[in-house]
Amino acid sequence: MKIAIIDYKGGNVQSVLFALERLGVQATLTADHDVIRRADKVLFPGEGEAASAMRELRAQGLHELLPTLTQPFLGICLGMQLLGRHTQEGGGTELLGILPFDVVRFPATPEYKVPHMGWNNLQALRGPLFEGLSAEDYVYFVHSYYAPVGEYTIAEAAYPAPFSAAVQHENFYAVQFHTEKSGPVGTRILENFLKL
Amino acid sequence: MLTKRIIPCLDVKDGRTVKGVRFEGLRDAGDPVALAARYAREGADELVFLDITATNQKRATLVALVRDVARELDIPFTVGGGIGTVSDVEALLMNGADKVSINSAALARPELIDELAARFGSQCIVVAADARYHDADGWQIYTRAGTHNTGRDAVQWCREAAERGAGEILLTSMSNDGTKDGFALDITGAVSRAVSVPVVASGGAGSKQDFTNVFQQAHADAGLAASIFHFGEIGIRELKEHLRQDGIAVRL
Repeated sequence: MKIAIIDYKGGNVQSVLFALERLGVQATLTADHDVIRRADKVLFPGEGEAASAMRELRAQGLHELLPTLTQPFLGICLGMQLLGRHTQEGGGTELLGILPFDVVRFPATPEYKVPHMGWNNLQALRGPLFEGLSAEDYVYFVHSYYAPVGEYTIAEAAYPAPFSAAVQHENFYAVQFHTEKSGPVGTRILENFLKL
Repeated sequence: MLTKRIIPCLDVKDGRTVKGVRFEGLRDAGDPVALAARYAREGADELVFLDITATNQKRATLVALVRDVARELDIPFTVGGGIGTVSDVEALLMNGADKVSINSAALARPELIDELAARFGSQCIVVAADARYHDADGWQIYTRAGTHNTGRDAVQWCREAAERGAGEILLTSMSNDGTKDGFALDITGAVSRAVSVPVVASGGAGSKQDFTNVFQQAHADAGLAASIFHFGEIGIRELKEHLRQDGIAVRL
C-alpha cells in the first residue's frame, strides 16, 4: 500500500510517520503531484496557523490538486480545518473549500480555556472510521478554532457546545483531534482509515 | 467532556532518567523511553521531560531522546529545560515533540514567546513559571533553575506570557515542591483566573486528595508530579479512579 503524507511544512509530521511505522506501514512525505495522485491513501496532517499553511499549499499548487483526489484522504487537526471554506484565523482566510463549513474561534471563558487542549470523548459516531469505538472513548485535541456541526459531521465532541470532531465528504475524511497521539483509540482510527 | 490531565514529569540528563526511579518490573528505570511507555500504558495523559543536561552535546542528545520517545509513545509530550532559541524549538518539534516549554529564556527576553507562537503556533509553546512565596512581596518568579529572583509578580508574568502567545502555563510552586503537602492552591487559582489558556499545576503533590483539591479549588487543567509516581506511592490508575469518585472528569 502506497501512502502519501502531504508535505507543506505544516508542522509536526514526524509523529504521524512514527504512528504509521508502529502499524508497520511505510509512508512518503511528499509535495510531488504525481506521487500524491498515485498513492492508495493520502494523509494531510497539520499544525500551526491556517493563513501560512494556505500560502504554502498555493505555492506548491496543492490547493488545485487536493480537491481532485479520489482515493481515501484523511485530514488531521489543521489538515481538517483547511478542507473548509473559510476560517476566522489570520484575520479571515479562504480555505480549500472541499467541505462546506466555516471555521470559527472558541470564545474563551474562565471555565473553558482556549486552546481546547486535552482528552475529550467522541459522540454521535458514524461510519467506518469509528468502527469498534464508542462514546466512552477519548482522543487528544489541541486547537483554538473549530468547525461547527453540520450534515458532514461524522463525530462530535463538546466544549461546552458540540463541534465537529470529524467530518466526511465522499473520499475526504478528516479529524480535529490527533489520531497519532490518542493512544490505542487513535491507533484504531488510523487502522480503520487504512482499511477503507 | 474535556478531562483533567495527569502528567508525570521525568528529569533527564545526558539522555537518561535521573532522580532515582524505583519501579518494580522495569529492567532499566534509567531508560526514558521504557519509563514513558509504562506511564502511557498506566493511563498518563501526557508526559513532561525536563532536561538538565549542561554539556555542549545537550541539544544533540535531547533531539535524539525526543526522536526515540516519539517513535514509541502514542500520547503527547512536552520537552523543557534550558531551551532558548527558535532553532532549538524547531529541532525538537520537527523530531516529534508535541510541545516545548521555555522558562529563563522567556524571562530574559519576553519577545521570544511572540516569535515562537507566530512561527509554530501557540498550541505547542508552553511557558514554565517557577514561583516562590515571600511574606513581604507575595508570589515572585524565579529563573535559572530557581536560583534567581526576577522580582516579577507571578500572576502578572503568567498573564503577560499568555497574552504574548503561550498556549499553556506550567506553574511550579517552589514553596511547595518536595513538601508533599499539596499544590499551592492560592497561586494556582489566581493564575488560572488571570489567563485564558490552560494551566498545569506542579509542586507539592503528596496524595490523591491533593489532585482533587487543585482541580476543584484552584481550577487547574492538569496536575503534574514526579516522585510520587516514580516511587510508586500513587498509581496513575488509582489516582484517576479517586478523581472520578470525587466527580472530576478523567480519562479511564
